[in-house]
Amino acid sequence: MDKFRMMFQFLQSNQESFMNGICGIMALASAQMYSTFEFSCPCMPEYNYTYGIGLLLIPPIWFFMLGFVLNNNVSVLAEEWKRPTGERLKDPTILRYMFCSITQRSLIAPALWVSVTLMDGKSFLCAFSTNLDIEKFGNSSFIKEMSETERTRLLARIPCEDLFEHKELRVAATRYIKCISQACGWIFLLMITFTAFLIRAIRPCFTQAAFLKTKYWSHYIDIERKMFDETCKEHAKSFAKVCIHQYFENISGEMQSLHHHHSGKDGGGDEEEDKRSDEERLLGIRAQDDMNKVLWNWHTCKPALALRKDQMDDKNNSKLTGKINEAFNGFANGHTHGTEKKEWAVYYSKV
Amino acid sequence: MDRLKLVLQYFQSNSESISNGICIILALVSVKLYTSFDFNCPCLPQYNKLYSLGVMIVPPIVLFFLGVLVNRHTGVMMDEWMRPVGNRSKNPAVVKYLFSAMIQRALLAPMVWILVTLLDGKIFICAFSVSVDPGLFSGVPNNTGLDVIKILAKVPCKEDIIFRNSSFRKAVSRYVRCYSQAVGWSILLFLIVLGAMGRLIKPCFDDHATFLQTRYWSNYLDVEQKLFDETCVLHARDFARKCVVQFFEDMAEGSILHLPHPPFISNVSQRWEDEEEKLHGITKQEQMDKLLNKWYYSKPELDVTRIAHRPKPCVTWEDPGRRTLYSDV
Repeated sequence: MDKFRMMFQFLQSNQESFMNGICGIMALASAQMYSTFEFSCPCMPEYNYTYGIGLLLIPPIWFFMLGFVLNNNVSVLAEEWKRPTGERLKDPTILRYMFCSITQRSLIAPALWVSVTLMDGKSFLCAFSTNLDIEKFGNSSFIKEMSETERTRLLARIPCEDLFEHKELRVAATRYIKCISQACGWIFLLMITFTAFLIRAIRPCFTQAAFLKTKYWSHYIDIERKMFDETCKEHAKSFAKVCIHQYFENISGEMQSLHHHHSGKDGGGDEEEDKRSDEERLLGIRAQDDMNKVLWNWHTCKPALALRKDQMDDKNNSKLTGKINEAFNGFANGHTHGTEKKEWAVYYSKV
Repeated sequence: MDRLKLVLQYFQSNSESISNGICIILALVSVKLYTSFDFNCPCLPQYNKLYSLGVMIVPPIVLFFLGVLVNRHTGVMMDEWMRPVGNRSKNPAVVKYLFSAMIQRALLAPMVWILVTLLDGKIFICAFSVSVDPGLFSGVPNNTGLDVIKILAKVPCKEDIIFRNSSFRKAVSRYVRCYSQAVGWSILLFLIVLGAMGRLIKPCFDDHATFLQTRYWSNYLDVEQKLFDETCVLHARDFARKCVVQFFEDMAEGSILHLPHPPFISNVSQRWEDEEEKLHGITKQEQMDKLLNKWYYSKPELDVTRIAHRPKPCVTWEDPGRRTLYSDV
C-alpha cells in the first residue's frame, strides 16, 4: 500500500507538480524582476508612450515564450503533431488539450507582470501624462501662456520628479493617473480570475466524458515517451554487457565458454541469472541495424494501441509447463533449458 | 486491516485538511496583498468614493473566485451534479453539502480582506472624508481659495501642503478611522456570533443521521475520483511499458526470438503477473476509450459484493514427498 502511494505520488508529482513548480518560480521571477528593474521614464513627448506601453507589454511576451521554452511538454506536443500516422491514428483533441494546458501555464507569469505593473502605476504615468487636463489639479495659470508644444513638453516631464517644478500639481496628477492605473489593474485581475473560474467550474457541464479521454491519452503519450527512453537505456546497457562478454569469450576462445558451462551446472546461479536477465532485456534486438530500425520506426510508424493477448498466453503456458516441470524434476531441468539457450546464442554470435 | 485504516484516514484527512490549509493560505495571501498594495486615494471629490469602494469590493470578488478555483471540492461537486444518472442514483443532499463546504471556505479570504480594510481605516477615510461635517473641527485651512468639499477630499492625502500647519487633517482622519474600526469590529463580532450560533443550534434542527450519511458519501466521491485518477495513471504506465516492449520484440528479426521467459526465474514471472493484474484486462485503445466514456455516462452502482467475495486462488507447493513447502493461503 505504501509503495503504491509513493509510486503514485512520484508519478504525479514528477509530471504535474514539476510543471506547477516551474510555473510558480517564473511568476515569482517576474515579480522580482519588476521590483529590481529601475524604471526610468524618458520624459520626452515622443518617447514616453512607447516606453510606458512597451514596458507594460513586451516583458509579458518574453515571459510567455520563456514558459514555452521551459515546458517539457512542448517537445512532446511537437513530436505528436509531426509524426507520420503509422499504425496509430492521430487524435486532434489530444493535441488541443496539450496545447491548452501548456498555454495556461505559460500565461501566469505574464499576467502577474501586467498586474504588478498596473498596480504600481509608473508605466501608465509615463505613457499618459501628456494626455492630462492639467487645469483640474490646481493652480495652473502659467500653462495658459504656453504654446502647444511647450505645454506637451511640460506635461511629459510630470513622471520625472526632478524635472517638474510645481510639486502640488505633479503630486495631484500622479495620484490621479495612478488611480486609473490601479483600477485597470484590478479590472484586469477580475477578468482573468473570472475567465479561469468559468473554464474550471463550468467546463464539467460540457464535454466531461471527452475530457476524461483526452486527459488519459495525453498523459499516456508522456509516460510512453519516458518508458521508451528507459527501455532504450536498459537495452543499451544490456547490449553493451552482452557485447563485451561475447568479445571476451571470442578472444579467449571456446575453453572459457565451456568452463562457464561446467561452473554453471554446479549452481553458480547468480552470474548466469544476471546474464540471462540481460539477454531477456535485449528483447531480441541484438544488432546495430535492428536497433536503428527500432529507433527509426518509433517515430515514422508508431505501433497501434493494442496489446496482443496471444503473446501473454504463450508466456502463461510456458510458465505453467515450467512450473510443472520444476515441481517434478527440480532445479536441474531449468538448467537444461538455460544451457540450450546458451549454446544457441554462442552459435548466433559467430555468424 | 490496519494498513487499510491508515490509508483511509490518510485519504480522509488529506482531502479536508488540504482544503483547510489552502483556505488559510489564501487568507494570509489576502493580508499580504493588502499590506503590499500601495493604496493611492485620488483626493478628488468626484473620484474618492468610487476608488475606495472599488478597492473594498473588487479584490474580495477576485479572492472569492480564486478560493473556488483552488478548492478540489468544486470539481467533485460539478461532476456529481452534472453527471448522467447511469447505474447510480443521485443524491441532491450530497451536492448541497459539497456546495456549502466550498462556499464557506471560499468566503474566508474575502472576509479577511474586508475586515483588514475596515480595521486599517485608510479606505474609509478616502471614501467618507467628504461626508464629514467640517464644523465639528477647528483649524480648517481657509486661505487656499478652495471650497470646503475640495479641502475635505484632500484629507486622505498626507503630503498635501494645504495641511502643513494645521491639525485639521489629523482630526478628521482620526474621526473617520474610529467609525471604520467600529464597523470592522461589529462585523467581526457578528460573524463570530453567527458561527457560534450555527454550531450550537444546528444539531437541534438537522437530522444528525442524515448528516453523517451525507458527509460519508461526499467524502467517498472525493476519494473515488482520486483513486480513479491514480488507477488511470498506473494503467497508463503499464500499458506504455508493455506497448514499448511489444514494439521492440516486433522489430526483432525472426520468430526464433519469441522465446518464453525462463520460468525458474520466479521473480520475473511474478512481475509479469503483477503487471497483468494492473492492466485489469484493458489492452486496447478502444477498450480504454469505452471505459472512460462509461465512467462518465454510466457510473457504476455502489455495490462491491462481486469483487469483495471473489474466490482467491490458493497455491500450495509440495515437494515429491507431499510435504508442504510453501502455501499461499
